[in-house]
Amino acid sequence: MTAPIETMTQDLPYGGVLPGAVLETTKNGLVVAPDRIVELARYLRDHEGYDYCSMVTSVDWPQYFEVVYYLYGVAQPKDALVLRVRLADKDNPSMPSLTPIWPGADFQEREVYDMMGIRFEGHPNLRRILLWDGFEGYPLRKDYKESYYEEDTKPLKSRHPDGHHAWAEDRVPWKDNITYPVAWDPDLWRSPQVEYRRIMGVDDLKHGTSDIHTERILVNMGPQHPSTHGVFRMIIAIEGENVVGLEPEMGYLHRCHEKIGERNTYVMNIPFTDRLDYISSMSNNLGYVLAVEKLMGLQPPERAEYLRIIMAEFTRIVSHFIAVGFLFNDLGAYFTPALYGMRERELILDLFEAVSGSRMMCNYMRFGGVAGDLTDGWIERARELVWNRLPRVLEDFENLLSGNEIFLARTRGVGVLTAQEAIAYSMAGPMLRASGVPYDLRKVAPYSIYDRFEFDVCSRPEGDVWARFRVRMDEMYQSLRILKQAIEQLPEGPIMPPGKKQHQVRVPAGEAYSRIEGPKGELGFFVVSDGKANPYRYHVRAPTFINLTSLEKMSLGHKIADAVVVLGAVDIVLGEVDR
Amino acid sequence: MFGSGVFKGLGVTLKEFLATYVDDIKQIPSRYAGGKEEIDQTDVGEQRGLFTIQYPEEHRKLPERFRYIPMLLYETNAETGEKEDRCTACGICAKVCPPQCIWIVRDKDENGKPITRPAEFYIDTTICMNCGLCAEFCPFDAIKMNHDFEIAAYQRMPHLIFDLDELRVPVSYYQRIRPSDYAAEEAARLAKEAEKAAAKPAEKPARPAAPAAAAAAPAAVVTDAPAAEAPAAAGAKRTPEEIERLKAEAAARRAAKAEGGGEAVTAAPAAPPPPTGAGAQRTPEEIERLKAEAAARRAAKAAGEAPPPAAAAPVPPPPPPAPEPPAAPPAAVTGVGAKRSPEEIERLKAEAAARRAAKAAGDEQK
Repeated sequence: MTAPIETMTQDLPYGGVLPGAVLETTKNGLVVAPDRIVELARYLRDHEGYDYCSMVTSVDWPQYFEVVYYLYGVAQPKDALVLRVRLADKDNPSMPSLTPIWPGADFQEREVYDMMGIRFEGHPNLRRILLWDGFEGYPLRKDYKESYYEEDTKPLKSRHPDGHHAWAEDRVPWKDNITYPVAWDPDLWRSPQVEYRRIMGVDDLKHGTSDIHTERILVNMGPQHPSTHGVFRMIIAIEGENVVGLEPEMGYLHRCHEKIGERNTYVMNIPFTDRLDYISSMSNNLGYVLAVEKLMGLQPPERAEYLRIIMAEFTRIVSHFIAVGFLFNDLGAYFTPALYGMRERELILDLFEAVSGSRMMCNYMRFGGVAGDLTDGWIERARELVWNRLPRVLEDFENLLSGNEIFLARTRGVGVLTAQEAIAYSMAGPMLRASGVPYDLRKVAPYSIYDRFEFDVCSRPEGDVWARFRVRMDEMYQSLRILKQAIEQLPEGPIMPPGKKQHQVRVPAGEAYSRIEGPKGELGFFVVSDGKANPYRYHVRAPTFINLTSLEKMSLGHKIADAVVVLGAVDIVLGEVDR
Repeated sequence: MFGSGVFKGLGVTLKEFLATYVDDIKQIPSRYAGGKEEIDQTDVGEQRGLFTIQYPEEHRKLPERFRYIPMLLYETNAETGEKEDRCTACGICAKVCPPQCIWIVRDKDENGKPITRPAEFYIDTTICMNCGLCAEFCPFDAIKMNHDFEIAAYQRMPHLIFDLDELRVPVSYYQRIRPSDYAAEEAARLAKEAEKAAAKPAEKPARPAAPAAAAAAPAAVVTDAPAAEAPAAAGAKRTPEEIERLKAEAAARRAAKAEGGGEAVTAAPAAPPPPTGAGAQRTPEEIERLKAEAAARRAAKAAGEAPPPAAAAPVPPPPPPAPEPPAAPPAAVTGVGAKRSPEEIERLKAEAAARRAAKAAGDEQK
């Protein structure tokens, strides 16, 4: 079986400049020869305006591994160009790294190496990123069997019609469900040591101009909540108090989201997406159902579209309240702003709970619509919030935070990313817009019905932590604007397409990538279907994961206390970073 | 002036601080003093201070669609008083369940032919992710999401594996916690019945539970389950002996399967699990009793009554000792629960290590 994508070999583009680089063309992309991809990528970046490497992932096909690059133009908005590299050597797959061309591919290529075992030659730091360094095997390959493995796909046969309950622990530990490397001896085994000093080049760096020689030391921040964002670890090389190197370590919350996604049926994945960025589950639902709807060719009814927008914009407000609140938490304002934000979040979560049954794990969107209609009194409560309460609270927030001199002193000029850097590092969402790039998918590539609403794209030229705070605050006002229009225009009608609800949807073979402007950035879902009941490949472009790529760049040269603030302004949620 | 921003911010916090007290003063006597049980927080547009709820003295009023662990609805037959599950053991819930936490055994009649009701129904609440897909896709409105979130227990086994008895609630309970969903479903069903009746006037309604009557006067038809009845509920269709026998047989089957599959278990009959040891060592009687108690508690809750005092708690008749199946080695019984003794685990570990070593040696020779 090969990729379910039509390819053509006539009229190959770029034959004049780079003959032989492009092997085939597809509807929206190119199949590229592995040995020519660096040249082609450089040409595309420099002459064709594809300056933004949005997503890198890989698919394990029986004959080859396929590495997929989704490119966009951001400085001059351009539609997707998909580069595919097919690696026929399945025992030792390897291709040149594109990190030198697009630094934003750094973590993503590491993830592909980690999960699929594809080596990227020339990558500056090719080691595991989500799994630990002693891990054996590459989990997203199709032949990988995890522990507690039962069957390739759900529903599992042991549940019905004769399914007695059995503990997973009883099924496994010392039976044939776990594989050890050949000749593996637990007594002789040593846990792998990562040589951070070498990786970060701590000892190679030239000392400053000062005559005083200071020893460079490594400081571990985390893994226990370096700044209450979750289990994340930064290894910071410092000279005195100055950050001279930073290496993020993540994956402590890795839950095999994508492997589970391939075992699941399509519908089962919806509640799992709630658990990605658990602050904004409604947005995650939306991104996923849009990807599958793209494959199925479904069009939700009008009312469902409006409900989706209302939920997504409420989610954005929730997420930004948390982002702003916890940024202040990191700055030492402790819980006052965070709890003020949390309190308003509670009111919005009440609305989510009333309509979907759960506050955080909403599981609300369905293919072709939404799970439930609004309840009695819902719209009045939403009106009260949108027209009265939230504007008042935002004013309080402005008074409380925006003018605070300590805050300004700590954030102005800290963690600066220029517009070029932000694009090169594949920053997304408020991070990108705070660097002076007014790139918002709701305007640039409107999905759902965002083209019907009037709102402004918030952007600041400064590129520092303060600008990121400001962009998030401004976006909350814009979200209120969208909410007002959506609530006013909300039509009556069905919320699902006609017909019986299907628990087993038919998804035609194909490949779809949908991206939405999530609260934290470009949230993408990449779904490959082979026509069966379960996705063949399911990948999440997690905005906060990719936004962390520039963490070292932003922190260098600042004090170690600023590294915490820089991290706080990225607004990471580890459920999404680690997946 | 430098510093004015800080003071402006402090003004906001001061305002919030005072507002909290203003709220309290408005509500004299304080709602915390009397222990108002359920607080409805749907109208908070004007509230300025904190709105903490002092759980467990106070509870938040849950929205109707609130979902926690699934429950199975039954209707009580007006004539015989028997509980009739709406569930037909079709298995859609087990198929759609994302973490696959539902196990269903379909019941059989005397001739061994499968019939449309569950013999056993388990939900492993330690795995359940509360997504509600089972309730959403159930074609018979038989499985619904419960509001009862206070199910914490000291041990996973057996308390958090809900079986048929623990999952069963009367329809009237469902009607109470989710009135509008219930009303909508009944209306839809009545419409369907009417349609059917119009199309085929001679045909009897498919469901013996007479839903039309249930809709008209649900309280009259569906009686709440008395607390004492719950433990005996299993007997509605099967005698306890029979169930015990079936369970033992199932265990034997599993054991036979395991014997064929893994050598680790083959050696197990030599080491019967000692009755004492780690926390998982409960006698089957004890487990039955605990389960029955839990079921009684839940039934009482569902019926809206206060939990009966411990002394008055219905003590189920001691279940007859499970007949020792000749084919079933003691290890088979342990396979049901997590009842491995530490010794056994050590032994299994050692065996596994030996196997690994042997394998490694073999590989080296190759």
